[in-house]
Amino acid sequence: MSSIPKELKYASTHEWVRNEGDGVFTVGISEHAQDLLGDMVFVELPEVGDNVAAGDDVAVAESVKAASDIYAPIGGEIIAINEDLEDAPETVNSDPYGDGWLFKMKADDPSEVESLLDAEGYQAVIDED
Amino acid sequence: MANRTPLFDAHVKAGAKMVDFHGWDMPLNYGSQIEEHNAVRKDSGVFDVSHMTIVDVAGAQAKDFLRKMLANDVAKLSVPGKAQYNSMLNEKGGVIDDLIVYYFSDESYRLVVNSATRERDVAWIEKVASAFDVTITEQTELAMVALQGPKAAEKLRLVLGDEAFAPVDGMRPFMSVQVGDLFIATTGYTGEAGYEIVLPASEVEKLWDDLLNVGVQPCGLGARDTLRLEAGMNLYGQDMDENITPLEANMGWSVAFEPEDRNFIGREALEKQKAEGHDKLVGLVMREKGVLRHGQKVVVDGGEGVITSGTFSPTLGFSIAMARVPNSVGETAEVEMRKKFVTVSVVKPSFVRNGKGLV
Repeated sequence: MSSIPKELKYASTHEWVRNEGDGVFTVGISEHAQDLLGDMVFVELPEVGDNVAAGDDVAVAESVKAASDIYAPIGGEIIAINEDLEDAPETVNSDPYGDGWLFKMKADDPSEVESLLDAEGYQAVIDED
Repeated sequence: MANRTPLFDAHVKAGAKMVDFHGWDMPLNYGSQIEEHNAVRKDSGVFDVSHMTIVDVAGAQAKDFLRKMLANDVAKLSVPGKAQYNSMLNEKGGVIDDLIVYYFSDESYRLVVNSATRERDVAWIEKVASAFDVTITEQTELAMVALQGPKAAEKLRLVLGDEAFAPVDGMRPFMSVQVGDLFIATTGYTGEAGYEIVLPASEVEKLWDDLLNVGVQPCGLGARDTLRLEAGMNLYGQDMDENITPLEANMGWSVAFEPEDRNFIGREALEKQKAEGHDKLVGLVMREKGVLRHGQKVVVDGGEGVITSGTFSPTLGFSIAMARVPNSVGETAEVEMRKKFVTVSVVKPSFVRNGKGLV
């Protein structure tokens, strides 16, 4: 059973979102998603300054097994990316909710986050797969 | 329910992620596929390959039968225990399966064939055998593990003890020997030194546990695939199948056209194809970010081809692939990846041997 922290919000496409305050949100992929993908070998991240809409494909997680698109869970501006993943993509496997974060966004509309899934709702998505 | 090998419980105990592999419940990995891969390149790893099919061939006409059925010539084998890479073809020259033949005597051989094609293989073997004085025995009570890596010999000595290890000590590649209940061969599917060991199903869990206890890494199908691809070894059903001939799959070296009067099944089709020209299997290397994948389109001087196997190479740190392309190929190829074309290098399909990169 993979861990799904209660304090985070989730997209049905397996991204998680953490509210850092001041309209800033950190985004990563869930433990379940990294487990499905297997050992990560490359992570292609967006550019800082990119403006994206919810649902845009903004990053690619490439594992030994497959390449998988990562979607922006909310709209806004990319304000930081996790550059450590360049040399250590496996951090996404070992610490998906911590050091394995992908990027940070400044939300256009922070209330958009409310429409994402809570831990329980995301668990239900996994159970359906 | 899916078939289980005698090691099923041992895999679950070791934390394996189990997946369906052609009707068998097999371990994909025990945590990290890359760590397992690296263990085989630098130290030692063990794979459960009990799902593979072992067929013994015995009888007065065993040699004649195999010289008819197989593309490589078993008459080249004269030292008891010697192994040979081989394939059985249909009349069109397509590969029914690739296999290893072990020679015991002109009247006794062992074949190890793939699991994915088991029923078709056994039916074909029996059909061809019906015209010969031979007995075909599928060994379903035997299990098989592959112990691979530069420290494989050291680990096996620890487990067997000096006395039992003595007949194996210093054995050259592609040989085999029976040691008590263990049939031990210096063959494998990783490009490293090591052994494939066939033994009674009832004894395999003890050997497995003993190997793990001396620090051998259990390895799953994921690492098996990246290791064999780095070594440039074909995977049946992916790099070749019954519609592909050995000449189109970089297996021409394992087809014996000499002597000319040996009329093996598929010979006529291969000779015709040899005269007319054919596609070939090449290696691709991409040093930029990204991973070459099975099914991607490849463009070379002579036209379009396709990637048959592609992966990230953990040993090299970049992506490698095998691709079937028209015969006219320059030093580079264009691969269509995620809607854009990327230029990659064309190399011989062999990337890593004994822990060292070849490209």
